[in-house]
Amino acid sequence: MQHLSIFPILIPLLFGAIMLLPPISRDASSQRIASIIGTLFIMLSSAGLLFQVATEGVQIYALGGWQAPFGIALVADKVSSLMVLLTGFLSFAIMLYAVSGQDKGGAYFHPLFMFQIMGINGAFLTGDIFNLFVFFEVLLIASYALLIHAGGKQKTQAALHYVILNLVGSSLFLFGLGILYGTLGTLNMADMAVKVGQLEGETATLAKTGALLLLVVFGLKAAMLPMHFWLPKTYASASAPVAALFAIMTKVGVYSIFRVYTVIFGESAGELANIATPWLWPLALLTIAIGTIGVFASPGIKTLSANLVIISSGSLLACAAINSEEATSAALYYMVHSTLASAGLFLLADLMARQRGKAEDRFVRSRPFVQPRLMGFGFAILALSLVGMPPLSGFVGKVMILQSTQSNAQTMWLWPLILIGSLAALIAFSRAGTTLFWRHNGSVAAEAEPAKPSEVAGIVLLLLASPLLVLFGGDVSEFTQQAAHYLHDINASAYALLPGVAP
Amino acid sequence: MEGLYAFCVGLLTACGIFLALRGRSFSVVIGLTLLSYAVNLFLFASGRLKLNAAAVLGESEQYSDPLPQALVLTAIVIGFAMTAFAVILAMRARADLGNDHVDGTLPTLPNDLQQKSGGNQ
Repeated sequence: MQHLSIFPILIPLLFGAIMLLPPISRDASSQRIASIIGTLFIMLSSAGLLFQVATEGVQIYALGGWQAPFGIALVADKVSSLMVLLTGFLSFAIMLYAVSGQDKGGAYFHPLFMFQIMGINGAFLTGDIFNLFVFFEVLLIASYALLIHAGGKQKTQAALHYVILNLVGSSLFLFGLGILYGTLGTLNMADMAVKVGQLEGETATLAKTGALLLLVVFGLKAAMLPMHFWLPKTYASASAPVAALFAIMTKVGVYSIFRVYTVIFGESAGELANIATPWLWPLALLTIAIGTIGVFASPGIKTLSANLVIISSGSLLACAAINSEEATSAALYYMVHSTLASAGLFLLADLMARQRGKAEDRFVRSRPFVQPRLMGFGFAILALSLVGMPPLSGFVGKVMILQSTQSNAQTMWLWPLILIGSLAALIAFSRAGTTLFWRHNGSVAAEAEPAKPSEVAGIVLLLLASPLLVLFGGDVSEFTQQAAHYLHDINASAYALLPGVAP
Repeated sequence: MEGLYAFCVGLLTACGIFLALRGRSFSVVIGLTLLSYAVNLFLFASGRLKLNAAAVLGESEQYSDPLPQALVLTAIVIGFAMTAFAVILAMRARADLGNDHVDGTLPTLPNDLQQKSGGNQ
């Protein structure tokens, strides 16, 4: 179907708007039903889009009928449709978890959730760099409001930092875009990729400034080293469904880095070829290192999962810095795995915190769990997956990343850091599990209640993804390989998208 | 004209960054506002500055690039909404945290420490 590309943006927009209107907006239970149906539709339409892209090739959707490069085009290729499906699946699982009571803390949880999904999907699908900025703002303004969902001192404090940082980031984004438009005269990403090779001299230097400003912005979103300080506090203080949805937000930043610095400023960019690599490589390694230190220092399981997000961001950025097809393919596989696993851990951490009474998620002696078996089973699977132990998907993802190094120097830097990061996660999880499950006193907390069926269903859905990613590992990695090949082939990812332009 | 324009954008940006780095949420919000003004002017100039050139074909001999004007309009709308949100959030933080410092706690100044510990001053 021709219009399938825009469905992942339109469905959340429509559902979000309908939920703000009277019959549904007044009734919590009909809002929940609408949200479940909405996220299910998003998931199904993005699965349909992925199937269509896999069978028929890249889908270009010219909004308003204005052909690229003059109008805004949505480009559904293998990379973006994979990310959109990931968002759809993640949002459905999170919504299953949220409808059992986590959505009651604030009035507009459901519409905001939908608008954030719209922003994320739009950022993945768009082929225009100014449109990317607009969708960034859509997802950010929804995330600002979602972050303070359910209220509390800690959330306000974290939100203030998060909002100010991202507002400065938006300004930098616009400065970068202004410079790039002034030098290239176009905002369509494919057209930029074609034109950037012709720049030379002073104009090239100007464009380089713009490109590196954009790297700062995407680095801020992806939690790259000097810009990662906001992440642990923000993720640890957000309520569980919001934190789980935020797991894909850092990936939006990483995705933009892949899109901009592989396609536009990639191999064929003339004087500006691979300008991000010298910055990305050391910063990515330092990000992994700082994440590892953070994992050791985490006082509670939410902070621990936030620091694991930083490590996974660092690994993905390292893949972007290696800048080869194998590395991009590994990064896409690892991105799917780490998003789902860390979202699962955020949800499970919330379930644990509610069953432990006053100790919440901190690693201290406390009352025992109401459902120790369920918690233990979920915790073990997630820990194995996130540490990267066989037979789960973390192992496959990490092996793919390790295999993608190209030179001895890269191997010497990347292997120890990733392996030490895994060891740190292993130690932290063992310590956490020992305290959480074996060091108890007193009886079960009076106010603690067992997990509701839909909460368990949401977490199980996220947990199942890990073994499934291994069982169908061959197919998935073949798909990511093709997607990576597409991204690195300038003829396919730029020239083919513009009518009447030949290399 | 270019020189004056560039100077204005640079001055606005410098003031914006200076204010955004201050500790109180009010000056940070003002700083972000100045920064967004600077960005809007900057985006406007990315289509080159021209005199007596309309953005519509056939209205004048020369024509200017209409796209930056559309971009500026989008940026103004978004920047306005974001500033409004930041103001509300800053007020909420003032109420929740009891002070208007961006970190939520007032920093202890060296003078205070010395006075508390019975220093010379």
